[in-house]
This record gives sequence, structure tokens and C-alpha cells, in this order.
Amino acid sequence: MAAACTSRTRQMMGLLRILRNFSQNERLLSTSVLRHNVASDGPPKFTPPSKPVIIDKTQKEASLRRFLSPEFIPPRQRTNPVKFSIERKDMIQRRKVLNIPEFYAGSILAVTMTDPHVNGNMNRFVGICIQRSGKGLGATFILRNVVDGQGVEICYELYSPRMRKIEVLKLEKRLDDNLMYLRDALPEYSTFNFDMQPVHYEITGDVPVNLLKVKMRPKPWSKRWERPKFNIKGIRFDLCLTPEMMEHAQKWAEPWRPYDMLKEYDTSSLEDHIFKEVQENLRK
Amino acid sequence: MALSLSGVILPKLMQQRAFSVSAAVAAIQKLTRVRVVDNSALGNAHHHRPPKVIHVYTKNGIGKVGDRVLLAIKGQKKKALIVGHKMPGARMTPRFDSNNVVLIEENGNPTGTRIKAPIPTHLRKMEGEYSKLLAIAQRFV
Repeated sequence: MAAACTSRTRQMMGLLRILRNFSQNERLLSTSVLRHNVASDGPPKFTPPSKPVIIDKTQKEASLRRFLSPEFIPPRQRTNPVKFSIERKDMIQRRKVLNIPEFYAGSILAVTMTDPHVNGNMNRFVGICIQRSGKGLGATFILRNVVDGQGVEICYELYSPRMRKIEVLKLEKRLDDNLMYLRDALPEYSTFNFDMQPVHYEITGDVPVNLLKVKMRPKPWSKRWERPKFNIKGIRFDLCLTPEMMEHAQKWAEPWRPYDMLKEYDTSSLEDHIFKEVQENLRK
Repeated sequence: MALSLSGVILPKLMQQRAFSVSAAVAAIQKLTRVRVVDNSALGNAHHHRPPKVIHVYTKNGIGKVGDRVLLAIKGQKKKALIVGHKMPGARMTPRFDSNNVVLIEENGNPTGTRIKAPIPTHLRKMEGEYSKLLAIAQRFV
């Protein structure tokens, strides 16, 4: 046993010696090879490793239209911001169940809601959105349509559990945010067919603005729309009012309003913050 | 303003509005001018004055959808049921551009045979009383 070990160790030592010699020889060999190369070309060119190909999948998202629903932006109040963050959580939860698309005042929507008093439980209404109001979970929008010669308006709550489906048939903006003057306009501007087919709209770029100026019924109107307080651009005042009447309406102009510092409410940074929060929570 | 025009021959533009219009957006009360929506002879007969409410059969004098009222039409008294008003009501219910009313008998049967204007669906709650009225309605909103 001892003799076997010793013989093996002697063999190992012999191998090691050979290897050492070989390594030395290699070095000698390698240097000689290099010298040979130096003689033929310049120094060896450094070939950098190949760059990894970055497939920019975020390109599509960046070109998507950035839209934050107006009810997410909290009003300027003396309430605890925790209330708004809790409400936002609930709103996002609801949005995961029901798809609430992007729409503006002036878009044509079709809304399906549950109704216990209808045969098939579902009640569908098509109309133009004339107003979006309310913040948080109580956000509402009013749809207007003229049905059988009768003007009908329905105020829907966006986050009500009775809402089943909200489809945008035509996405567009108008010259104003509030189209309440359609009540005093000719009925043709508020009539929309219930069987209207959805019009294709782009998800990138700007929302199309309909520069339609509406013709009004003769006065009296429900509100004095010519007054600068309403700041309406979507009515053809030249057809229904004289220049004297327009000048008389300017008496109620309040030129100091844009300079009123106490009424300033800059929501740009708040919007960015809330938009990012909403986007990441919706993906979860 | 419109009251002063009632006795005068209306200009052509005003004739586009064939129904009564009230200035204030409020629910139906005494002396409101209403629009009769069914096809009864009494409702559609043209008179120099619009039909007016003279009594509302509720605890307070305010009539909402589904309340009975007493109208003065063509010099006679007639009961009617409110089927829509200009005042905004509950959130998911429709709001109409005119105060609509359907003429009714003492027992609750409708006078006309057809109601062309849209009727709110929550009126179906009074299935027992006004079932015949709901049967002649052509459109629900």
C-alpha cells in the first residue's frame, strides 16, 4: 500500500514536471507566435463584442394619446388628501371591471345600464355628451338625444354598479366644454340615430375637433348664452343676435377674472403624478 | 313673457314650438302649462290657451313623474298623469324638454289610444294602477 502510494506520487510528480516544462514551452511558443504576427500585420485590432439589439416596445405607448379622465383630478379643497387617494383606489378597482373609454363633451356615446323595469334588464341609450361633471366616484355625464320629437337627457353616473357598457360611437371634441346650449338650439343638432354604427377613431394623435357652430331657436333661451360668463364659441350669434345685443352682453364681462390669483389652480404636476399612478395600478 | 304672446297670432318662427314651454325648470305645480302627449281628441284640440294644472294630488303641491293632476283644458276639468317633467330628477332617470302629461279617467284608464312620446321606464312600478296606460305607450326611455 505504501509502495503503491509512493509510486503514484512519483508518477504525479513526473507528470507535473512535464506539464511545467510544457507550460514553459507553451509560453515560449506563444511569444514566438506573437512575434511572428507582429512581423506580418499591425497590433491586433480590438473587436468589441456585438451590441445587444434593443427592441423598443415602449415606442407604441409613447405615441398613444395621454388621457386622464377629469374626475381623477381632485378639486382644490380643505379636505384630507387621503380621501382622494382612497377614492382613486376604488375608481381604479371599478375600471378594472368596467371599461370606461376616453370621451369628451361632444362625443356620441351608447350606454347600457341595468333596469329592473325593462324586459331584458338592459336599457340602452344613445346620445351626445353635453356635460361631464363631478369628481371622484360621483362623476357624472349627461347624454342628450331627441327621441320621437321629444328632447331627452339622462345623467349617468360613471362608477355606478348599474352601468354595464359604455361605448364611444364617435369620439370628437367641440368648441366648448359644456354643450348645455343644445337645449335651445334647433333639434337637428341633438338628434342621433339609436342604431348608429361606431365610427373608427385613432388612438394616437389629437382628438378631432368639430368646429360646428349651432343655429339657435328664437329667444328666450334657458340661459343668456351670449354673455361672456359662459364663453361659448359654438353658437352662430350672427344669425340670432344683432351687434348691439352682443355689445350689451359685454357689459357683464369680468376682465379681471384671468388675473385673479386666488382662483389659480395649476393641476399640471398633480395630473402627471395621478396619471402615472393610475397607469401602473391599472396594469396590475 | 310667453303669457303676453298667448292672445297674439304667433309669428312663424314661434310656431315651430307647438307645445308649451315654461321658463323655470321646476317640477309640476299649480298653474304650470303642460303638454298633452297622447292622441286623445281633447288633448290635441287647439285652444287659444295651453292646458294648465289647477291641482296636484300629492301631500305637497309638487308633482313628479307618476303623480295625478287636475288640468283645465278647453274650459273643462280633466284628470291627468305626469309622464315627464323638465326638472332633473334621480340620477339615472330621463329628463324631458317639456312637461308631459297623459289624460286619464277617474278609474285610471287613459283617454287616448296611443302615446307616441317616450315614457320613463320607472313608471312601470305602478303596473297595477296604470297598466293600460303602460300598454298603450309606444316607446320607453
